[in-house]
Amino acid sequence: MDYGFTTAAYVVAAILFILSLGGLSGQESAKRAVWYGIVGMALAVAATLIGPGSGYWLLSILLIAGGGAIGYQLATRVQMTQMPELVAAMHSLVGLAAVFVGVIAHFEIKRVSGLMAAGGDISQLGTFAALIAKKSAVEINILRVELFLGVFIGAVTFTGSVIAYGKLAGRVSSAAEKLPGGHLLNIAAAALSVITLVWYFNTGDFFPLFLMMLAALFIGYHLIMGIGGADMPVVVSMLNSYSGWAAAAIGFSLGNDLLIVVGALVGSSGAILSYIMCKAMNRSFISVILGGFGGPAGEQMAVEGEQIAIEAEGVAAALNEADSVIIIPGYGMAVAQAQTAVSELVKKLRAKGKNVRFAIHPVAGRLPGHMNVLLAEAKVPYDIVMEMDEINDDFPSTDVAIVIGSNDIVNPAAQDDPNSPIAGMPVLECWKAKQVFVSKRGQGTGYSGIENPLFFKENTRMFYGDAKASLDKLLPMID
Amino acid sequence: MKIGTPKEVFEGERRVAMTPESALQLQKLGHECLIETGAGVASGFDDAAYADAGVEIVKTAAALWKAADIVAKVRAPDDTEMKRLRDGQTLISFFSPVGDEAKMQSAAKKGATVVAMEMIPRISRAQKMDALSSMANIAGYRAVIEAGNNFGRFFTGQITAAGKVPPAKVLVVGAGVAGLAAIGTSTSLGAITLAFDVRPEVAEQVESMGAEFVYLDFEEEQQDGSASGGYASVSSPEFREAQLAKFRELAPEVDIVITTALIPNREAPELWTEDMVAAMKPGSVIVDLAAEKGGNCKLTVPDEKIVTDNGVTIIGYTDFPSRMGTQASTLYATNIRHLLTDLTPEKDGVINHDMEDDVIRGATITHAKEVTFPPPPPKVAAIAAAPKKPAVKELTADEKRSAELAAFKAQTKNQVMLLGIGGALLLLVGLFAPASFMQHFIVFVLSVFIGFQVIWGVAHSLHTPLMAITNAISSIIILGALMQIGSGSFLVVLLAALSVFMCGINIFGGFLVTRRMLAMFQKS
Repeated sequence: MDYGFTTAAYVVAAILFILSLGGLSGQESAKRAVWYGIVGMALAVAATLIGPGSGYWLLSILLIAGGGAIGYQLATRVQMTQMPELVAAMHSLVGLAAVFVGVIAHFEIKRVSGLMAAGGDISQLGTFAALIAKKSAVEINILRVELFLGVFIGAVTFTGSVIAYGKLAGRVSSAAEKLPGGHLLNIAAAALSVITLVWYFNTGDFFPLFLMMLAALFIGYHLIMGIGGADMPVVVSMLNSYSGWAAAAIGFSLGNDLLIVVGALVGSSGAILSYIMCKAMNRSFISVILGGFGGPAGEQMAVEGEQIAIEAEGVAAALNEADSVIIIPGYGMAVAQAQTAVSELVKKLRAKGKNVRFAIHPVAGRLPGHMNVLLAEAKVPYDIVMEMDEINDDFPSTDVAIVIGSNDIVNPAAQDDPNSPIAGMPVLECWKAKQVFVSKRGQGTGYSGIENPLFFKENTRMFYGDAKASLDKLLPMID
Repeated sequence: MKIGTPKEVFEGERRVAMTPESALQLQKLGHECLIETGAGVASGFDDAAYADAGVEIVKTAAALWKAADIVAKVRAPDDTEMKRLRDGQTLISFFSPVGDEAKMQSAAKKGATVVAMEMIPRISRAQKMDALSSMANIAGYRAVIEAGNNFGRFFTGQITAAGKVPPAKVLVVGAGVAGLAAIGTSTSLGAITLAFDVRPEVAEQVESMGAEFVYLDFEEEQQDGSASGGYASVSSPEFREAQLAKFRELAPEVDIVITTALIPNREAPELWTEDMVAAMKPGSVIVDLAAEKGGNCKLTVPDEKIVTDNGVTIIGYTDFPSRMGTQASTLYATNIRHLLTDLTPEKDGVINHDMEDDVIRGATITHAKEVTFPPPPPKVAAIAAAPKKPAVKELTADEKRSAELAAFKAQTKNQVMLLGIGGALLLLVGLFAPASFMQHFIVFVLSVFIGFQVIWGVAHSLHTPLMAITNAISSIIILGALMQIGSGSFLVVLLAALSVFMCGINIFGGFLVTRRMLAMFQKS
């Protein structure tokens, strides 16, 4: 059978996917871009069902419909604050699917080579099997390596995403935890995988594949367990990248170019996101993945002064007088579900003709771009939501900066103290504003456990309490 | 504990160390408050206001000194008050340990604890009790007001139907607390304000208040304000000369001069010499805030206003804070209240005179029958040391160009090297891998390339939708499952079916949630 039609459909789908990702460069074009993606996916699935996958198409459609119903429920019910969890959970599904498909491919190879050895009739085989039957011994070996890689990456993605999901959803402690032995265990598991690869390459048995799967599952679990909550943006984008590479590897073993194209697109997308996140924390990818901050390079500067608390009245008075306000939201805002209150505040202030903007640090929140989505949900117009580089120079001419639930991303020690663990990390220079209010639960330190000299600055006032409760108290006082 | 405030006995003193408001706060700490009848009248607080705040009114000063465990007042005690001071009593007031040394000794002998407000160390934590600063703030403000009162013209420039009025030119010498307050007041009245200080690091503060900092053409190792606890110290003769020369140059131009230059424990430096006064225009005003310490101008007569032969008014009042009794009392009482808050850590009305505490130790000059002055240096520096700024060399155009060229070359070299290594690796793979693999490999490499190019263009704010959509499309793996679902054993069918199912969740969930998110992004 020749599937010229299918291949043509794949080409169109691949182009649509590229357009779909490219369209995300702007908020308006993005709305169109999603449709490109949807059409591309529909086309690819339909072409496969009609063409090479026609065997059980009724079952397939039923399964897709069933999965779609669940997906629909998930997508419509999920809270925007839970987006990181959802994304992590979805990654785990892709990872698991990659493992399954890889394992299936293994069985097919086995079956076909068994048949061929027995001199059976290979003309009645399925599409994929027929493909295998045509391959030479070298090609079969290459196929094994590809499949092995696909299963490996898929398995790491699966357990990694499950743990990331658990951490983001609060079901697993978000602190960095390692089993005794630390990274030695990971290295041992990786070494085991390499050994099983050689083994599998030579024998083609299921057992080494299975052994490797266990090792990979362990690596995924242990690696992500060792990474703390605030590094999740990197972890989630890394897993995103992995899910893409897994798809690409499977694409190689199935000889399917569309899978390769999409896998490569997704893989590079995740890789770029991880890179951006790491850059924003001034840390190397390796140090994030290996978990934990390196110990301080020397004695940190002592912080002196005191944190001066302020009540809602004082904040309201300052806001009423201010002409320009910049709000810096962080994960704390998401935790307190304060985004609607923030949006209300902004609406009130803007109604009075004040220049109100948001400053978003790339690693604010638990997912790249998380804050933007939360603010968008709360109906904050996106044109007042600025990136760090766009707004950092505007702080000196700003009357009031309000920090809501963020800590390390506004820590001046990153610039002033070369011995600080976060030295060199780009930060929002909110302390240059005339006045800074920090809405914070209590006097604790941030994720990295370092003191924030911002809280001790002369122009900083601490607005203690739950962010949402504080803002609700503040709102009626703005007139 | 009973905290009592007597009426100030010093002639003309209008301030009072306790206001009804501060009394309320003190009672919250568990203390009882007493006040001598009529103590607050001069600053606008009558006995009834105190009584409303729950303060006990005491008829005579003697009775008050007897009843109170802690006496809080403004001026240092006079001889009668010294006699009333008794063993175990705490006195909180301005009290110069150098100027009033005999009184300090006698207080120590009696066993009284004296906390001198001017000795509060200048560290951030103690700012709220720093009465010198709060009084200096008032003095700076009042100095401008007094100057305006004696100055025959507007501060602000105006063009009126009746003619053009030039703005007044004000020079503030010394940009400490008083100086900055004077600068702020003067600029907000609309005058052109110049300011000078020996510490160049305050230039930024001066400019932030809207004044122009007067720089000297003088090369000297900059004074590091942090070494002397944030105060000015004595400058070298050469520096002084340069400074005076600059003032001489400014003298004929300026209408109002406010001098606030003080060096701790020294006579005030002479900065505005007689010839400068002579050079000033008639009608000009000099306000000398250093009058108490001898004055920055030698013609100043403390506590008096004089007019020189050429018509320059020199104001040498030393009681500026007292002239604004209500404001000064409010601030001073708040300083006292903060001090007592630190002295009552448990808020239970029990004084814990912690001599380990930097602030309390620094301000206490007699305690437990001992003179505890001078205090050991505080453990924390008053202000952060001025960072040594390495001179950034201006690059010439040539140097810039060559630097750019070098960067470009390095970049090119990098890129060529990466391409070379990548190419070599590809060739290596090509040598061993079969052709069918290479076909797919080309697709893969090109896709990665496109991926990198496309994703860099994605807006940062859309990163979450990007993740959701890549999630959805990475479920393209469903194709692999669909292709295999029809062939082979039950196990294969089962695994493939599961994969299709999971990918179904992902595709629909991913696309729908992306759409939901994108729909939320609204333009204002």
